[in-house]
Amino acid sequence: MSNIVVLPILIPVLAGALLILLVKRHRLQRFMSGLSAIATLAASLYLAVYTYNNDGIATLELGTWPAPFGIVMVADLLSVTVVAVSSLVGVCCLFFAFRTLHPERERYYFHPLFFFLITGVNGAALTGDMFNMFVFFEVMLLSSYALIVIGGTKFQLRESFKYAIINIFASMLFLAGIAYLYGITGTLNMAHIAERIDGLEETGALPVVAILFFIVFAMKGALFPLYFWLPRAYYGAPIAITALFGGLLTKVGVYAIIRTYTLIFTQDVAFTHHFLILLIAGFTMLIGVLGAVSSFDLKKILSYHIISQLGYIVIGIGLFTPLALAGTIFYYFHHIFVKTSLLLFSGVVERITGTTDLKKTGGILKTHPSLAWLFLIPALSIAGIPPLSGFFGKFALVLESLQEASYLIAFVAMFVGLLTLFSMLKIFINAFWGEQKHSNKQGETPIMDVLAPVLPLVFLTITIGLGAQWSFGFSMEIAEQLLDPSIYIDSVLKE
Amino acid sequence: MEYLIFIGIGVLFSVGTYLLLCRSLLRVIGGFMVISHAVHMLILTMAGLNTGSAPLVDLSGSDSTDPLPHAVILTAIVIGFGLTSFLIVLAYRTYKAHKTDDLEKLRGADNE
Repeated sequence: MSNIVVLPILIPVLAGALLILLVKRHRLQRFMSGLSAIATLAASLYLAVYTYNNDGIATLELGTWPAPFGIVMVADLLSVTVVAVSSLVGVCCLFFAFRTLHPERERYYFHPLFFFLITGVNGAALTGDMFNMFVFFEVMLLSSYALIVIGGTKFQLRESFKYAIINIFASMLFLAGIAYLYGITGTLNMAHIAERIDGLEETGALPVVAILFFIVFAMKGALFPLYFWLPRAYYGAPIAITALFGGLLTKVGVYAIIRTYTLIFTQDVAFTHHFLILLIAGFTMLIGVLGAVSSFDLKKILSYHIISQLGYIVIGIGLFTPLALAGTIFYYFHHIFVKTSLLLFSGVVERITGTTDLKKTGGILKTHPSLAWLFLIPALSIAGIPPLSGFFGKFALVLESLQEASYLIAFVAMFVGLLTLFSMLKIFINAFWGEQKHSNKQGETPIMDVLAPVLPLVFLTITIGLGAQWSFGFSMEIAEQLLDPSIYIDSVLKE
Repeated sequence: MEYLIFIGIGVLFSVGTYLLLCRSLLRVIGGFMVISHAVHMLILTMAGLNTGSAPLVDLSGSDSTDPLPHAVILTAIVIGFGLTSFLIVLAYRTYKAHKTDDLEKLRGADNE
């Protein structure tokens, strides 16, 4: 029992409510918003340290209703790390938005919606109740619908409608899945569901429910074949918002897959994990990277890369061994840092050249060398060049798939890595090398103020790469905790 | 009784799916509303249709209905309400900006 488990949800929701009132007072709103984002980060870091020292798990029964009856919040190693990283990415994107977002867009409730989004992300990670997870998903998605359409250009309106409809349909299937799960087990508490499923005699209906949940989370996480909405929907929004979505939103879907597929749906591992998830992972990687190779626009290439990298993240759940799961978790965090920083850098490129079309850019290396070299770090990291963080995640996943004799997936992973490097070099050659296509006046655009919020993310991708001994060890600890569901169940139900 | 309701849910789901695949923006939203009601009925039925009294009347808990699905459905209805109103506004703005509610014409060209 510890009340601080709820702080990373409580601070942003209160901040969001307060900021609605301050929407007309520009400076005060920015000040409060920055302050609350940092407070959220501080609270989630404190929670992470607290949980780590508390044997790696802390629970809170809301309203002191005992566990299976009330709603529980569960902070285990995975969820606190997700919360801490999301809050950090939130701070970086918020400070980037201060510098780049059009004031008109900022006035239309950007700040409240931003905080409600963070509330949803943190809540979905911390909750221990299936229906509560649905509610937090909706909190997050509803703010994302509003954020993605903020500004209301024709392109945004058109693509947001499709984005909203497909996600709402997924939410309806989520609710249907919850109904089936409740019909089978008679409870909504995730630990209680896991415990009761273990004692079931007939498990015939469970694989159906498992696949239904997989479809739901795959739709929200943009896995093959339900990824098509992502590149266009993310293309229209302002870059600070796209970066926030690229870093956090799809990851929440993947987080839910990791959580449910290690805790609840572990009866038929041979089919659900080794066959279904691995198959989807392979196709997701391949199709995503092919989309990136074929497009010639900075933002589109990076959006397609979100899809292909999600494929890598799911491989480890498919293999379902401690090392593979650790690789997945390492890759998950690596990808949040790298993808957010790449998308934010593409915003800086757009600010200098006024376009993201790679045919109309060039020569930024000459006018802004600091941006070019900073861009190169996450670009090489995402392609998996040692000693940056992408290498260690890929190494663990490929090594484990070879050891588990899944040679095809190992081959696909390495082939996709090659294509990733190719498309990153395409960006570098066309945007940073070559002759200067922007005017000299554009060449003098100051960028130091917009680069500063991205620096922590670049620093982190170097750190967790160079300090892989420590960071991978931590991922290993998380993986071992996930693979032993009894820790989670016992600490929630206190038996 | 359960079977009858399951057939009803199936009909609602198929009608909703048909509407979702329509080309008009408003019909798509209608499809979402129909499907959301189908799901609410599914929650109620999956929990088992009982004829017991409300749990507050009978505190022994032996002969009362399960209160959880009602709480869940109520929350889901509120969320669905918010989503519907947002979608309708979004569809209206899209219609005003594009002067059409035909999704076929909202595909968009690649080079814009």
